[in-house]
Amino acid sequence: MRYLATRALSVVLTLFVATLVIFIALNLAPGDPASFMMGTAGDPSALAQLRVELGLDQPVWLRYLNWIGGLLSGDFGVSYTYRVPVATLIAERLQVTLPLAVLAMALSVVIAIPAGMLAASRRGTAIDASVSGLAQVGLAIPNFWLAILLVFVFATTLRWFSAGGFPGWDAGLLPALKALLLPAVALALPQAAVLTRVTRGALIETLSEDYIRTARAKGLSEGQTIRRHARRNAMIPVLTILGLQFTFLIAGGIIIENVFYLPGLGRLVFQAIAQRDLIVVQGVVVVLVLAAVIVTLVVDAAYALADPRIRKAAA
Amino acid sequence: MRFRARVAILIALAGVVLASCGDVGSSRTNEVRVGISLEPPHLDPTSGAAAATDEIVYANVFEGLTRIGAHGEVLPALAQSWDVSADGLVFTFNLRRNVTFHDGTAFDASDVKFSLDRARAPESTNAQKGAFEAIASVDVIDPATVRITLSRPVADFPRDMGWGDAVIVAPESAANNAVAPVGTGPFAFSRWLRGAQIELKRYPAYWGTPARIDKVTFLIIPDPAAAYAALLAGDVDTFPNFPAIELLPQIEGDPRFAIVAGTTEGETILAINNGRAPFNDLRVRQAIAHALNRKDIILAASEGYGTPIGSHFPPHDKAYIDLTGTYPYDPAEGRRLLADAGYPGGFKATLRLPPVAYARRGGEVIAQELRAIGIDVRIENIEWAQWLDQVYGKGDYDLTIVSHTEPRDIDIYAKDGYYFHYRNPAFNALMQDLQRAASDDERTRILQEAQRILANDAVNGFLFQLPKIGVWNAALKGQWADSPVQANDLTGVYWEGR
Repeated sequence: MRYLATRALSVVLTLFVATLVIFIALNLAPGDPASFMMGTAGDPSALAQLRVELGLDQPVWLRYLNWIGGLLSGDFGVSYTYRVPVATLIAERLQVTLPLAVLAMALSVVIAIPAGMLAASRRGTAIDASVSGLAQVGLAIPNFWLAILLVFVFATTLRWFSAGGFPGWDAGLLPALKALLLPAVALALPQAAVLTRVTRGALIETLSEDYIRTARAKGLSEGQTIRRHARRNAMIPVLTILGLQFTFLIAGGIIIENVFYLPGLGRLVFQAIAQRDLIVVQGVVVVLVLAAVIVTLVVDAAYALADPRIRKAAA
Repeated sequence: MRFRARVAILIALAGVVLASCGDVGSSRTNEVRVGISLEPPHLDPTSGAAAATDEIVYANVFEGLTRIGAHGEVLPALAQSWDVSADGLVFTFNLRRNVTFHDGTAFDASDVKFSLDRARAPESTNAQKGAFEAIASVDVIDPATVRITLSRPVADFPRDMGWGDAVIVAPESAANNAVAPVGTGPFAFSRWLRGAQIELKRYPAYWGTPARIDKVTFLIIPDPAAAYAALLAGDVDTFPNFPAIELLPQIEGDPRFAIVAGTTEGETILAINNGRAPFNDLRVRQAIAHALNRKDIILAASEGYGTPIGSHFPPHDKAYIDLTGTYPYDPAEGRRLLADAGYPGGFKATLRLPPVAYARRGGEVIAQELRAIGIDVRIENIEWAQWLDQVYGKGDYDLTIVSHTEPRDIDIYAKDGYYFHYRNPAFNALMQDLQRAASDDERTRILQEAQRILANDAVNGFLFQLPKIGVWNAALKGQWADSPVQANDLTGVYWEGR
């Protein structure tokens, strides 16, 4: 219980510091949403009126306190530029970002774990060399370059896929998934390369442990040894990397979202910063910090599932 | 992961691919998909000045008393005709009957009064509020007649009524127009997937010539390379403003696409802070003017598209005079003028560039050309919000590059405190004369005199008229080539052979 309480407190503190930092940073940056919306055509009295309408005439600290107060009662506020609730905006974007992250993750795992295990179990063979070589190539390719390549081959040349865009989930499951497939591949392959190397390394290390020698000594085949004894233990570093990668997929998809013009969370926050829509930026930061915290919790729980020793220590 | 689970996932993914391969490139419904770079913050053209808003709703969703046509002409819209009193102060507009808003409510003179009163009210956030201040009263004569009395003459008042800022809205729906616009146009707002697309559908009860397409989808594609890919993949039918101009050579000659270069109201200038030394010295500004080679700048900024200008005035306007020869390209003369002004060794200056291709790309060339006459130019790339706040709002800059896209905006040089910091009582007097000008000839004479003053004073580096380069499917007809207002008028668009 105390563990959970400490944990919750640290989450709240992290959130608070994150919002404060982003609030101060964006308020130091020149420009405000009203002058952005008025552009060069705006009449000065209209600009002043718009500031009043958006509440930008209030002092900075008051705006921050109002926002924090609203947040405590679950209200993320209303976007300055879009004039719709921030919570709605974020929810809309999560409908793209979350499935994309899950899809990319699934693809990456499906490719990387078997490949890494195969390479580790055939260590030093030609198979190991080719898997490691491919992983090296995958590591060297930036995801945006892969994305552009995929668009060139599958969209503009073969015309099997759209070059980008998202029709929305109400357009049907298949069109929506199809729109996410190329971006997911572009995100997944470089991550799969990392994961393959980690899996291979972790399994090789585990295979040199004493209990593995014991398992071999009692007459198990190499495959049985890996499946029954080595695999779960090797998963701990893999889970750590997966946790980091998932957080990256949620927060760092902006480049891929730009290439495929997907309405994800990354583009929302990018646009909001450019337009000084501070209240949206803060809302997204809160959600991202929360997501990172949740992923960490899930990874911790997964450690316990993978390794009974951790479970016992926690109990 | 179990082998069977892996196989299941792979089969599922393969299924998605196969099941959905058929639909790209097949013939579509009577729809037009329009690619745009900037998502509008909201869809109410009577609040704020986002060009991106007008590019969606002008003429399509909202209509005013008048409207601007494809070549900049003033056409009747919700008013079918109008009369003006001899002193130019009283306008009587005769309205169309049987007009309805998209929510089914009827349009009449009270909606006109509501809209114009709202635009000029103290709490209005209308970007052209200043222009509406000349309206003394709006009176409903009968449901189909409205009388507008002005407190002072306004040159070309019917044109002002054709701006996006002057569209007619209904009291029942006005408050909600930012997110769900309700107008009287041939297209009704259908839905907005924020960050992705905005959809309009044909309004069946439209009073005038119905639209020839059923549905319009605006796709938001901020990345130029992605826009190019979307065009080639057939995901987008038209880019009224194609963002990837450097890729045009790869599209030219492709029979699937039409490339249409037109004009805009955007005077692209190297703005100079006239209030700050050494730029407050006419000789320094003349030196800068002599340093600029418009041909090279246009080549770098917009691949050679765009007409050179010598003052702050669009070449397609009938009052235009060509003043590009006022200070011809002559770096030696530039150096001489600098020495004359007391800067034989030149000086340091900062060129602040907003994030638009013409500014960033043109800025490199301009910096080089200014260095050639001894001005040590440092480039500083900034975002729009920063540009609007520091350069435009506070006037804190040496040099900047920007396109002034508002129509007939030569009067900004008479505005006190405007970011050019230019002060010339003779010019200000001329602008007052312009408001009172009785005839077209007099207006033309005044506008030409104003152009000459600005060119001679070398207020800014006058570069070129921003081009509008549209790229669209060759079978798509009826789009505007020019951009006399910032709009994508789709009311006359149709597919040839469909």
